[in-house]
Amino acid sequence: MSRNGLLIDYEYCTGCHSCEVACKKELNLPVGKWGIKLAEVGPMQVSPDRWQMDYVPIPTEFCNLCEERVAKGEAPACVHHCLGKAMEYGPVEELAAKMAAKGKKMVLFVP
Amino acid sequence: MSTAKKPWTWEEDGYTVTRTCAWSPPGCHPVGCGLKLYVKDNRLVKVEGDPDHPISQGRLCIRCLSLPEYVHHPQRIIYPMKRVGERGENKWQRISWDEAWDIIVDKVQDIKAKYGPESIVVYGGTGRQACLYYYPLGFAALGTPNVCYPLSGWSCYGPRCAITQYVFGTGYPEIDFAGYYPDRYDHPGWKLPECIIVWGKDPLKSNPDGLFGHALVDMMKRGTKLIVVDPRLTWLASRAEYWLQVRPGTDAALALGMLHVIINEGLYDKDFVENWCAGFDDLKQRVQDYPPEKVEEITWVPKEKIVEAARFFARSKPASITWGLAVDENPNGVQVGHAILSLAAITGNIDVPGGITIGPPAALLGKWRVETRLELTEELWNKRIGAEEYPALANALATTHPDVTLDVLETGKPYPLKMAWFNSTNLISPTCSTAPDRWYRALKNMEFAVATDTFMTPTAMAFADIFLPLSTFAEHDGIVVTHFGRNTIFIGAINKALQVGECKSDVEICLELGKRLNPKAWPWNDVKEFFTDQLKPELGITFDDLKEEVVHQIPYQYKKYETGQLRPDGEPGFMTMSGKIELYSTLFEMWGDDPLPYFEEPPYSPYSTPELAKEYPFILTTGARMWGMFHSEHRQIRTIREIHAEPIVEIHPDTAVQLGIKEGDWVYIENMYGKCKQKAKLTVGIHPKVVHAQHGWWFPEKQADEPGLFGVWEANVNLLAPHKHIGKLGFGAPLKSLICKVYKAEA
Ligand code: SF4
Ligand code: SF4
Ligand code: SF4
Repeated sequence: MSRNGLLIDYEYCTGCHSCEVACKKELNLPVGKWGIKLAEVGPMQVSPDRWQMDYVPIPTEFCNLCEERVAKGEAPACVHHCLGKAMEYGPVEELAAKMAAKGKKMVLFVP
Repeated sequence: MSTAKKPWTWEEDGYTVTRTCAWSPPGCHPVGCGLKLYVKDNRLVKVEGDPDHPISQGRLCIRCLSLPEYVHHPQRIIYPMKRVGERGENKWQRISWDEAWDIIVDKVQDIKAKYGPESIVVYGGTGRQACLYYYPLGFAALGTPNVCYPLSGWSCYGPRCAITQYVFGTGYPEIDFAGYYPDRYDHPGWKLPECIIVWGKDPLKSNPDGLFGHALVDMMKRGTKLIVVDPRLTWLASRAEYWLQVRPGTDAALALGMLHVIINEGLYDKDFVENWCAGFDDLKQRVQDYPPEKVEEITWVPKEKIVEAARFFARSKPASITWGLAVDENPNGVQVGHAILSLAAITGNIDVPGGITIGPPAALLGKWRVETRLELTEELWNKRIGAEEYPALANALATTHPDVTLDVLETGKPYPLKMAWFNSTNLISPTCSTAPDRWYRALKNMEFAVATDTFMTPTAMAFADIFLPLSTFAEHDGIVVTHFGRNTIFIGAINKALQVGECKSDVEICLELGKRLNPKAWPWNDVKEFFTDQLKPELGITFDDLKEEVVHQIPYQYKKYETGQLRPDGEPGFMTMSGKIELYSTLFEMWGDDPLPYFEEPPYSPYSTPELAKEYPFILTTGARMWGMFHSEHRQIRTIREIHAEPIVEIHPDTAVQLGIKEGDWVYIENMYGKCKQKAKLTVGIHPKVVHAQHGWWFPEKQADEPGLFGVWEANVNLLAPHKHIGKLGFGAPLKSLICKVYKAEA
């Protein structure tokens, strides 16, 4: 059986924290613990007219890829609530193909 | 999206699930995102975004995601209380609603008899459902003409509404993000905006007025390009074709500079200007005073960027603009707004698919709330504070003038103010007033004060004699009207899922008090009857219909100016003095302002007050929004506080080096009016001469009673903002363009 993962399109991750909070509620985690956490790059000027200011949510060791939700046929809590619609869940081969097709600012996690 | 009709409630795994649309409390605008609320044993156990909601489509921001924490928070106040110690001593006693009403009715009647009904003022905050109900509470229940939004210059949404009403004769202009249609971006008659100008606004965080912010991201993925006007590098600015890093407060010059380019290069829509705009030649003449070279000097935006961005916008078809609080929080804001509306109009982007949509000036509950003033006699209505001094404000907004209200509080002239009703406003926290220390001293002298809220706030602690507990949207029936009825994209049902304590909604409070004080204005037996009466005439549906439908979208009619739908007489054109869009405003002229847009320096700046600027060398801008906190709300919500732990002031790293400030240092921000303490965050996303300080901060974890008041004075950036430094027509305080110095605090 193929492994599942989380594909992040960080061109459109706005850093809204919804994945963090949706996950924290799903896993019922206490203060200081997160199942997914944002990393930030920038802001940084890369050329006179271009800026980099990116966010990438990184699943932690608490992430179980929302086993229970997925078993019920639902999307993981983070994916479902993502405001930027920047996350996708699925078999890594499929996600890797999507990643290659877009070819820009994508990252695939297999937590 | 599936078209099968989903029920609004069902049982699932031992939970009762209720589909609903959100509108604060807890804090937010009338965006009405869709939620599924899971309740077991009268506890809200979890929430889930409703995938069948056409706008939010299952997505939620962290405020709604943490709703269960808010609803069942141990510090929530869930029973009516009366004060038993001194004001501000934090001694309260639980009472019944009947006792609360008896005390209130007695006091109101006594105060009305002794000082007149006008001695009562209802103070309202921003964003919450209460915005629809605090006017009627004042006009039709308490019987006072004085309903006050206390922020200096009415600097939030109201100015933009008033400007649009005068220049277009319509309600609120919004980006056409296909919100009116169930099939959204695939709707056949809709077009994708090629370009959107995001002007002085961060809609991803603020979800303003009824615009679901991330709709911009949806459209960017489909190809929409952005021009962002902002002194700070927002996420949208980082992805924009053009980021115009404007000097705070100089937006009017920038807009006039862009108009200069578009008009002189002939890039405007000649047909639209010819047929539907008045005063184009005057505007053309005016913009000659704003060549890009001069505008660069004023705004610090390079002239090449001004020219290119103007061309890019004018050549994009369709194009749209969304304007933000930077228009309102500026004494020159009427001119900023007028110039931005002119940009939208002369490029032919009004009321076209993918352009800017316009609603009626008032509809649904937005109309009812203003019409309840007919409960008052003309004589009483004419006593409304500040109406005579500021007719341009008094005409469009049914409230008092905020700055004049403070003057009256302080002087007792022309009549004394004796009772205050704080309706969902925490105005001494840095949100809804400038010079909050002056409001604090003035409001301490009330004979009687009532506060309605969900939690104890510094404002309620300082002033209230009676505290009435408000329910959150999970706990009551209601409706969401996007843009407060000034451009209703959809009507959403707020479906009650549980009861917490004895909390009541604003409309329940209005009905109960109204029936006791002025029953003829409150004929409804319950809230359902009331809402049905609101919905039926305009939409032909009852509240129960809406409950089941959850979201009721209203298909949009484009180019209404051609078909006579913008005017009550059915004639084509706009509902203005000239019947056209007024690039030259006869009304502004009549009220003693310039009929054309112009730039004026902020009252305090390195250019207008160079002497003061030696001591206070930085431009201080405030009010940018956070993801999880709606103005002064959410400070006690644990998960949100984990994300936004402390008040943050943004400083450029080069500036910080000069000042000896490091990342995370506590610093004082100070000017001639006051000072406050916040934590430094260093970022190159802000100009080295500008600092940004957060608003809204108080600390529910700190000492509650006087003088602490939950630390409300510690990080209070509004202490640095002056009273009554507003525009000629009475709008706009310089909250985004003050001056300050910054220095390291001891700890
Ligand atoms: S998949 Fe589930 S467990 Fe993993 S980060 Fe997302 S919400 Fe958390
Ligand atoms: S929810 Fe989506 S957009 Fe928001 S921070 Fe997480 S990945 Fe980014
Ligand atoms: S924007 Fe956030 S707080 Fe407002 S209704 Fe939507 S999810 Fe709720």
